[in-house]
Amino acid sequence: MYTLGIDIGSASSKVVILKDGRDIVAEEVVQFGTGSSGPDRVLHQAFTKSGLTFDDMAKVVATGYGRFSVEQAQKQISEISCHAKGIFFLVPTARTIIDIGGQDAKAIKLDKRGMVSQFFMNDKCAAGTGRFLEVMSRVLEVPLDKMAEYDSKASEVVSVSSTCTVFAESEVISHLSNNVPKENIIAGVHASVASKACGLAYRTGLEEDIVMSGGVAQNEGVVRAISKELQKKVIVAPHPQVVGALGAALFAYDEAKKVQ
Amino acid sequence: MSEVEGMTAKQKLVYYQDKMYKDALEGKAKGELVCWSSSIAPCEFCETMGIHMIYPENHAAAVGAKHGALAMIEIAERRGYSLDICSYARINLAYMDLLVEEAKTGVTPKELEECPGPRIPLPDVIITCNNICNTLLKWYENLAVELNIPYIIIDVPYVHHWPIPEYTKEYIADQFEYAIKQLEDLCGKPFDRQKFIEVQEQCQRSVDAWDRAMGKACIVPSPLNGFDMFNFMALIVCARAKYAAEDTFNTLADELQAKADRGEDAFKGGEKFRIAWEGIACWPYLSHTYKSLKSLGCNMVGSTYPGAWSIHYTVGNMKEMGAAYCKMYSNTELAHKVDVITDVLTSTSSTGITYHLNRSCKLMSFLNVETAEIVKERTGVPYVSFDGDQTDPRNFSPAQFDTRVEALAEIMEENKNK
Repeated sequence: MYTLGIDIGSASSKVVILKDGRDIVAEEVVQFGTGSSGPDRVLHQAFTKSGLTFDDMAKVVATGYGRFSVEQAQKQISEISCHAKGIFFLVPTARTIIDIGGQDAKAIKLDKRGMVSQFFMNDKCAAGTGRFLEVMSRVLEVPLDKMAEYDSKASEVVSVSSTCTVFAESEVISHLSNNVPKENIIAGVHASVASKACGLAYRTGLEEDIVMSGGVAQNEGVVRAISKELQKKVIVAPHPQVVGALGAALFAYDEAKKVQ
Repeated sequence: MSEVEGMTAKQKLVYYQDKMYKDALEGKAKGELVCWSSSIAPCEFCETMGIHMIYPENHAAAVGAKHGALAMIEIAERRGYSLDICSYARINLAYMDLLVEEAKTGVTPKELEECPGPRIPLPDVIITCNNICNTLLKWYENLAVELNIPYIIIDVPYVHHWPIPEYTKEYIADQFEYAIKQLEDLCGKPFDRQKFIEVQEQCQRSVDAWDRAMGKACIVPSPLNGFDMFNFMALIVCARAKYAAEDTFNTLADELQAKADRGEDAFKGGEKFRIAWEGIACWPYLSHTYKSLKSLGCNMVGSTYPGAWSIHYTVGNMKEMGAAYCKMYSNTELAHKVDVITDVLTSTSSTGITYHLNRSCKLMSFLNVETAEIVKERTGVPYVSFDGDQTDPRNFSPAQFDTRVEALAEIMEENKNK
């Protein structure tokens, strides 16, 4: 039995197709989110690569900001529950999740059964999210996927203290005009993201294992900064960017089993 | 036959509200006095003197609910008021400026004409009490200074310890006497102590009726949806000293009880979860927040609001009246807030709670972060916080709200299945 989970975020669209609620047969990411061609493209890619179609799916569950735009989904579930479900499937020892996506940063506390016992999300502000990193990447003329590499070569972490993305951008520009090495600025940018995310994470009580997911978890620089800030080991979830879609596919499997 | 005979509670609410605004406008035109008052300042004194009462916070909420807030806020910000100031204040200060401009030029400014809220007259006196907020003191002082009119302040100390000490009660009771003196000077007539007793009695009957109506939210499933409570609140704010409030709330209580007796509830059988809402409503998004919760089967049955106007005291006892106005939820220490919210959750059988982190209301919002965690620890009831504002529509994100309450509903569902 195949089930499909689709996570339509603000910056990207993700799909996971599961077989029997256990095996990932397709996982796709397209870097365009809700309101764009991203959702159609990611579905097309997943079906093309797997050779499957919607007709093969026992159930479809959608999550993310664009969850209500997927006509084929039988159910919509919040990304909080989907991330919890996905992470618990991948890392059953997880008790704290730090998820940083395009416009959301969240910290989720899980109980021993993998249920959400509390969660905290960023306020109405882009600081500490993937969007913040995108803005900085553009100003610094360093591609997003190279930022971790730059960070690893930093000799010191410069301060990027403004919580507001726009003010932080000015701060970065000021550092650049003072010839501060980009490596050090990027380490500062990562520390700034970490500081915001950890502010949420501290409120969960920080029970270990602490697992990171979301697109930003692919940036080792941010992961390092978070681990340093928390002074705890941080595990990066396998398939970090598709954890929400995986959770949705798992929920879809549960739904399909109810029907059987 | 009385004009309100046969009216439903909702019809009475609209009728009485319109009448109050109309009476104030007509009274002002005839030279009668108008007072602008903060929402939980003692209304008993002005009512005794026959002064028309207007409540800027309530008026600003109405402007916000009718989607007229942004136009007023932009005027206030153009005139130099910071966006960090309470949005009720910004709306009201802009509205006052427009009324002054109209009075000076004889021409109604376009923004005033287009403002969807009810028309209100300029005040002749200001009264405020800092039992709900301290920003009020400067906001209302600003009104009084700009309009060059008397300013009555009832200063109530913050309640750190219980019971409220005698010296606090005496301090407030002395201010009541001074307020009476100020009003006698303004009105040029003595304060009628017998009428004052009658006004106090009316306030107590109104509050009893309010308690009775709001108490119906405890019935499972609830015949009252909390967003209606937000709407009915207008009368406990504006008409506590009038029969209008008592009449409307008694009608409402009867209607709700009859509904419950017929086995009906606010969601026509769709009450899946019962939740509490801590904080002021997001007036510009009242419909969105209501529909979003309703789509999840969440009936908002619990709030600290009903208790805020449950102002009980022994008629004729000034010190007791002072204590009643002093122990407002917002004017009390953290442990008491935790007790109040715990009681709201328990009495209404709520299994979840949302905390509105209101950019306009720093006092409540900052405390709510800590309150939420202690209440969760004590009751195990899950909570979510969301960013918003009582009337500045720019500070609320519908999508963020939806995600949070959806997740709350999912947690409540899981808890049910435990």
